[in-house]
Amino acid sequence: MAEEPIAQELASACIGPDGSAIGMPQLCGEWVGNQVFWLILTLVAIYFVLSRVALPRIAAILAERQGTISNDLAKAEDLKRQAEEAEKAYEKALVDARAEAQRIAEETRAEIRDEVAKAQEDADRQIAAKTAESEQQIAAIRASALENVEAVAKDTAEAFMGALGLGADRAELDGAVDQRLKG
Amino acid sequence: MATETHGAEAAGHGEGGGLVFHPMDQFIVKPLFGDGAVGIFTVTNVTLWLALAVLCVIALMVLGTSRRGIVPNRMQSVAELAYGFVYKMVEDVAGKDGVKYFPYIMTLFMFIVFANFLGLLPMAFTTTSHFAVTVVLALAVFIAVTVLGFLKHGAKFLELFWVSSAPLALRPVLALIEVISYFVRPVSHSIRLAGNLMAGHAVIKVFAGFAAIAAVSPISVLAITAMYGLEILVAFIQAYVFTILTCVYLKDALHPHH
Repeated sequence: MAEEPIAQELASACIGPDGSAIGMPQLCGEWVGNQVFWLILTLVAIYFVLSRVALPRIAAILAERQGTISNDLAKAEDLKRQAEEAEKAYEKALVDARAEAQRIAEETRAEIRDEVAKAQEDADRQIAAKTAESEQQIAAIRASALENVEAVAKDTAEAFMGALGLGADRAELDGAVDQRLKG
Repeated sequence: MATETHGAEAAGHGEGGGLVFHPMDQFIVKPLFGDGAVGIFTVTNVTLWLALAVLCVIALMVLGTSRRGIVPNRMQSVAELAYGFVYKMVEDVAGKDGVKYFPYIMTLFMFIVFANFLGLLPMAFTTTSHFAVTVVLALAVFIAVTVLGFLKHGAKFLELFWVSSAPLALRPVLALIEVISYFVRPVSHSIRLAGNLMAGHAVIKVFAGFAAIAAVSPISVLAITAMYGLEILVAFIQAYVFTILTCVYLKDALHPHH
């Protein structure tokens, strides 16, 4: 390719007179220096941009994101734990309240039972007292009735004796009536 | 079809016919300003497209991440994706102690991937289609990895070529093969990248040349479209292949024992 005589007069040995390439431009030796020089410059530039700016920045972003994610996960875990604790506490409170309610109900029931028993006892006692009193009164009434019967019998006997005209001693009459009543 | 093929060959020799094919002209290096010869420091189309690659890297990796969002926007996600992609590759292939060399490998990957994709723009100059460029990259990897191997392991680095798991009688033969394959590495490493890109771009140009014939131009356009799709794939895959091979070579330097 480069051996062609016409190439000597042109700007490049690799370009034909019509401006098109002779053979493969990739194999043209005279361009290599230029390409290598600019390539090395390019690579150095990219390397510095990446290693000084871009890569540390992306690494920082990724680390920060990782940190944020794990933080959030930990926070979520924490909140979940708190929620579970709250639920447990609520349930415990519920159970306690139920037990307390039961206890109070039991106590109240016992109290009421005691009161009722006491009231019943009182009532029984009062009834007993009243009964005793009534019995006493009945006895008294019965006694007074007897006495009255006695008096009426004596009076009647006296009047009867008077009517018969026998006339009797009052004391003797009373004794006779008493004796009769006892018999 | 036979005459057209003949025409293509004729055009390739600069004679020209009904069909004009200059599939290799896109690879010509020329000065950006004036028509002079191309010296080492001349500002050429190579300079332009390399500079664009640098600007693209800066745009994506620096400007794209300037927000430093915990929740990334699109550009930042792409930058993070590229970072994670290469980082994981280095870590998986070269091991934990290879991570130290991650910035260098990231530089290679970002450069190649942007140079490849910029080369796909119409009228663009594909810097990575030139052996001068890929050989520099491959040689840099080869020399760096070899020097690193000897620095880390001294003479023990040569155990890389001595397959201790093979029968003793076979080992010298294997050592010879291993040494040859070791020195072929930069060659295949560089030619794979440049060859793939050059071939794809040249084929697109050839198809474009056929578009001048009205009868075949629809097929030609379809073919260009298909090739372009393939080239997009190739642009990424070749950058990936170059990078992962670099990681493999790095692994050999860090852990030469089989």
